[in-house]
Amino acid sequence: MAGSAKTEKFDNKTIQWINDRLPIFSMMDNEYGKFPTPRNFNYFWNFGAIAMAMLGIMIVTGVFLAMNYVPHGSMAFESVERMSRDVNYGWLLRYTHMNGGSFFFIAVYIHIFRGLFYGSYKKPRELVWIFGVVIMLLMMATAFMGYALPWSQMSGWGVTVITSLFSAVPLVGDGLVTWLWGGFSIDSPTLNRFYALHFLLPFIICAVVFVHVWALHVTGSNNPTGVEPKSEKDTIPFSPYYTTKDSFGTVVFLTVFMAMVFFAPLLLTEPDHFRQFDPMQTPSHIVPEWYFLPFYAILRAFTLDISIPFTHIVLLSAKLQGVLAMFGSILLLLFLPWIDTSPVRSARYRPVYKWCLLLLVLAMVALGYAGAKPPEGAAVWFGRAGTFYYFLHFFVIVPWLGKHEKTLPLPKSIHEEVED
Amino acid sequence: MDSTLKKGETRRDFLYLTAGAMGAVGVGSATWPLMDSMNPAADTLALASSEVDISKVQAGQAITAVWRGAPVFIRHRTAEEIASVRGDGWQHLRDPQRDEDRVKKAEWLIVKGVCTHLGCIPLGTKPGQPRGDFGGWFCPCHGSHYDISGRIRKGPAPKNLLVPTYEFVTDTLVRIG
Repeated sequence: MAGSAKTEKFDNKTIQWINDRLPIFSMMDNEYGKFPTPRNFNYFWNFGAIAMAMLGIMIVTGVFLAMNYVPHGSMAFESVERMSRDVNYGWLLRYTHMNGGSFFFIAVYIHIFRGLFYGSYKKPRELVWIFGVVIMLLMMATAFMGYALPWSQMSGWGVTVITSLFSAVPLVGDGLVTWLWGGFSIDSPTLNRFYALHFLLPFIICAVVFVHVWALHVTGSNNPTGVEPKSEKDTIPFSPYYTTKDSFGTVVFLTVFMAMVFFAPLLLTEPDHFRQFDPMQTPSHIVPEWYFLPFYAILRAFTLDISIPFTHIVLLSAKLQGVLAMFGSILLLLFLPWIDTSPVRSARYRPVYKWCLLLLVLAMVALGYAGAKPPEGAAVWFGRAGTFYYFLHFFVIVPWLGKHEKTLPLPKSIHEEVED
Repeated sequence: MDSTLKKGETRRDFLYLTAGAMGAVGVGSATWPLMDSMNPAADTLALASSEVDISKVQAGQAITAVWRGAPVFIRHRTAEEIASVRGDGWQHLRDPQRDEDRVKKAEWLIVKGVCTHLGCIPLGTKPGQPRGDFGGWFCPCHGSHYDISGRIRKGPAPKNLLVPTYEFVTDTLVRIG
């Protein structure tokens, strides 16, 4: 591959000169120009490109916000308010960055759903999937720390709740929490280190995105049939077909995004996010951002300590169960290529799995609802039912279906499926 | 539709051109807010004017006010001081300027206290400080001498001390900037 890159000829002399010394232009041409891509992509396949666009937007708006932000407890909240009022277009920077986080997660969640539905995580794309889960974890860490930065009531108390979880770790829990906080409660040391890490992590995400796409380009993309391309008749060059289709999809997505930024920028924001952090007063409802709600519900679903009967010795506290379940729910995704044993990739040809997957989506919605509400009444049952189905799906249903599901016959090839 | 296109141009060329133009407008309109956010913000602009009360400054005294983060010298000049910088000979100065053109009221000299050489603050405002060979200000960094109209007379500075925009709101209140 490298050999052919160096011998490629360009018309423009300057481009040729650079390419002879660093084959960046032939690389771009191979990976995003000629790259043979299945011809039957549907719009679900746009969301990787859309997610990349959102990453770029978050970094650019973030850097310009960083020019005005002060990461100290005494000035953080005020610096954000000043930005929203006094800095030219500061309101636009803030609302774009705030809502950009939400839209980044919308794009990534749809992108992940595509993977689950069409079996994109299966051999030979296991590593692409694993890198993807790592990106999602990094995004969650980044978003969590970013939300802390305005140092509002919701910022400070959300951080207090989630960092306090680590005290559930046996033996070292309390020391761990003090280490995380840099003190005995949430204060400026915590804020300042969260700022440093929030600035750093997006660039780590860029690096993991690079290897995620690289790994994908080794295997080639999956497609809605789950049947690998067999000949040139099954593929088309990435440019101009998917560069234009992705551009179109991205523009539509950005239109919806911008409509939100300009006309409903605070739709997803809690009112307590506009009160300055007061360590002496807890807000009546501590609610995380919507993209964390399902995992927050899983965390709260466990309420029964596991102890040795007839003693007070607690083996596994409810708190620790919740923490393990919450992290476990994301970490188990890393093993999905091995949990799902079905020889058929795409859910188009797996009628039972398809419905189970849609049930999973419903469970996530139910969990989201439960996470948003205070833990009482119907919300508790939604949380428990959703958590139960989530783990049932991955640990029981998916492995069982892999071995026993009667799948539909696969098409012989992509082009035969597409041509009439 | 084809009749409006020149020979050889296709509909595709037209679409490329218009899409490209819209793309350029899009990039421009996205870039401008980012660039403009780096311009002075509203709170910085609010500090762009300073109001100074000069009622306590006696003849022969000077004070230093702050304007846009830099010092401004306000000197209440005596009649002798004014006379010493008026008259002929101004055309031969390094930065030729009549004293009459540098003040609104002859007894109030208002100049920015930043040496036009490399930006140090010249001495001569506080009592006891050296005022240089021409009775105005002396910059200790590289030895520029300014007269009591703030004009450069000796030393490396190229220009006279800057006269900022100001107005007398009342006889005792000056708004600078």
